[in-house]
Amino acid sequence: MTQAELRLCSLLLQEHFGEIVEKVGNSLLRTGPRPLRLLVGDTGLLPDQVKKALCVLIQHNLVRYEVQPRGSVEYEARSERILRILRYPRYIYTAKTLYGDPGELLVEELLLHGHLSMSCAVARVADRLTETMEDGKTMDYSEVSGTFVRLADTHFIQRCPMVPENPRSAEALPPPAPALAIADRDMYVVPRLSLVGKGKRRHLGDEEEEGEHKAKRQKQEGGSSETPLDDGIYWQVNLERFHQHFRDQALVSAVASRMDQTSSEVVRTMLRMSEVTTASGASHTQPLSSNEIFRSLPAGYNIGKQVLDQYLALLADDPLEFVGKSGDSGGGTYTVTSRAPPGPFPRPPLKLLLLLRFGSRCARIFRLLLRKKHLEQKQVEDFAMIPAKEAKDMLYRMLSENLVSLQEIPKTPDHAPSRTFYLYTVNVAAAARMLLHRCYKSVANLMERRQHEMRENKRLLEKSQRVEAILASMQATGAEAAQLREVEEMITGPERQQLETLKRNVNKIDASENQVDETIFVLESFIESTVKRP
Amino acid sequence: MAGRGRGRGRGQMTFNVEAVGIGKGDALPPATLQPSPLFPALERRAAPLPGGEEGEYMLALKQELRRAMRGLPYFVKPGAPRRDIERYSDKYQLSSPVDSAIDWNPDWRRLPRELKIRVRRPRKGKTVPLVPKQRVSPDKEETIKKLESLEKKEEEVTSEEEEEKEEEEEGKEEEEEEYDEEEHEEETDYVLSYFDNGESFGPDSDDNGDEAVY
Repeated sequence: MTQAELRLCSLLLQEHFGEIVEKVGNSLLRTGPRPLRLLVGDTGLLPDQVKKALCVLIQHNLVRYEVQPRGSVEYEARSERILRILRYPRYIYTAKTLYGDPGELLVEELLLHGHLSMSCAVARVADRLTETMEDGKTMDYSEVSGTFVRLADTHFIQRCPMVPENPRSAEALPPPAPALAIADRDMYVVPRLSLVGKGKRRHLGDEEEEGEHKAKRQKQEGGSSETPLDDGIYWQVNLERFHQHFRDQALVSAVASRMDQTSSEVVRTMLRMSEVTTASGASHTQPLSSNEIFRSLPAGYNIGKQVLDQYLALLADDPLEFVGKSGDSGGGTYTVTSRAPPGPFPRPPLKLLLLLRFGSRCARIFRLLLRKKHLEQKQVEDFAMIPAKEAKDMLYRMLSENLVSLQEIPKTPDHAPSRTFYLYTVNVAAAARMLLHRCYKSVANLMERRQHEMRENKRLLEKSQRVEAILASMQATGAEAAQLREVEEMITGPERQQLETLKRNVNKIDASENQVDETIFVLESFIESTVKRP
Repeated sequence: MAGRGRGRGRGQMTFNVEAVGIGKGDALPPATLQPSPLFPALERRAAPLPGGEEGEYMLALKQELRRAMRGLPYFVKPGAPRRDIERYSDKYQLSSPVDSAIDWNPDWRRLPRELKIRVRRPRKGKTVPLVPKQRVSPDKEETIKKLESLEKKEEEVTSEEEEEKEEEEEGKEEEEEEYDEEEHEEETDYVLSYFDNGESFGPDSDDNGDEAVY
């Protein structure tokens, strides 16, 4: 856990869950797994507050617990999962593009609440959808649960590990913490529920009343022990699957930029066919025969079988090795390699960094070094066609930033400096890690800056919120235009401008955070792929 | 030997400087004497952010998420600090976040037992006796296993514990009663904001003889 990661995690926790949860999370991240009483002592908070914070963190899968042999329970924070909070908008947007509004809202509810049971999630989403629909129409549960089932089938959501079923009646003392486990094959099994119902619409006027009535009704239902049919079965979002999807998207767009649209469609079809059958970390998909591919191509693409074969051959021959030929049965079987590639992935962000920070010539030198692996100073100048002075300057700057390193090759056993070769080389893994660290730092800086901006203009923001509330209530009760204008003028012109600037800045910062998160994703996938040994 | 001649020329280094590309007489960049500035000058402006529908939608999503998360019960706010004097109006004010209550219902079966917070329940009878049972049983088992002959002492010990627990129960019942009253209060026909806690009456308002005192 680097310092930058720690800082980013604590900022994320503070923004989304509040100060108390941030303190608890911080303590866990910095000092590792610990039991409850040490946590209470560390953070200096009240025990109830710490318990609440831990419940929240466990609910959202940010902290896991383990029963130690001596009987105490130790809690451990999962830093990589905390960093995923940055990516929530991307997950929701992907769900929207794939499964439409119900899918988007389902994923959003699951992300907001950590884990939910199916009936609960479907009910909430139906209510939300009903509110956005016109008066008189309601959203049927069946449509939402249909989307839910589709999400589960394509592994985008998965079941949470369950409490063990067998009641330990032999020992009177139940274990201090349940040992949750789930078998792989059960992970995507949707319980057979017939969820009948329609979304309820909330009226603005009696919102509170309804809330109270609902609460009472729920209490009564709980009291009458009417547990829902899927009690104990909770669902969570399967982040790995989303990551796989992002990687596939990147792969397809890389193919499209290198070759043409049709070949990218071919690759996309192959990936879609092997979505569920391949484990997420595998480097190859299952071999697919070209007949199968031909059959599964989307309807709009009526290319002949011959043409498809030619495309596949072209893809297989490509030096970047997107697709590999693995056999000849069924008209030739192909796999998509470089699923978790060291190949084309880290280059775009690294190159882009150099391009933007140091200029296009530096980027040229960098690309050259990536291609040729090791080059001497003189060779760099020759190949890149850059005058010596400039080349030297750029190389030293990159060296000082540790993007490029020197490799010594001695000619004599005594390593005399005058008789050794010094070659420039790029250590991609190290450069990627360094860049990732920088990305974490920059996101943390962006978040702090945004919070600073909001704090500075807090008074103004509150004032504008009050004015808006007054305006809304006046409009609801039907006020005249003159009165409305009077209220609007409570915010003066310069203040309005200030608000506009603030809004623009905050939007810019938010968009940058999203952008940096994309880079973080690419770099993290790359590093993960280099670390894993099959 | 090789180390002699310190300072002559530019400064000797252990490796052959020419191989790296610094020729004779080339001017090196000046030596750095201080840490790099906090905000170094930007040589190039950053590229514009990718806009477009996708970017804007994700931006809106991000801000929505932030706002929504603040409203959820998972956003743990510190409990209101206890004021030094308990005022009569505290009973009638809308309850501020309390430390010892949890606003949502987690599935307690999935969480370690030690995390369970005493949640206020309207039914007083059911939950309260569970607590002393859970606490007493481990003690009881141990003592029964170890010392059967000291049953009388056990009973004394457990009765003491039960007394302590009764006190706690009473305290909890009081709290629960308070909460019950608060819940009941919200259902009354009286508008809470009209409640005047009576502090304005008294010696202060007697100074203004104009206002009528009801």
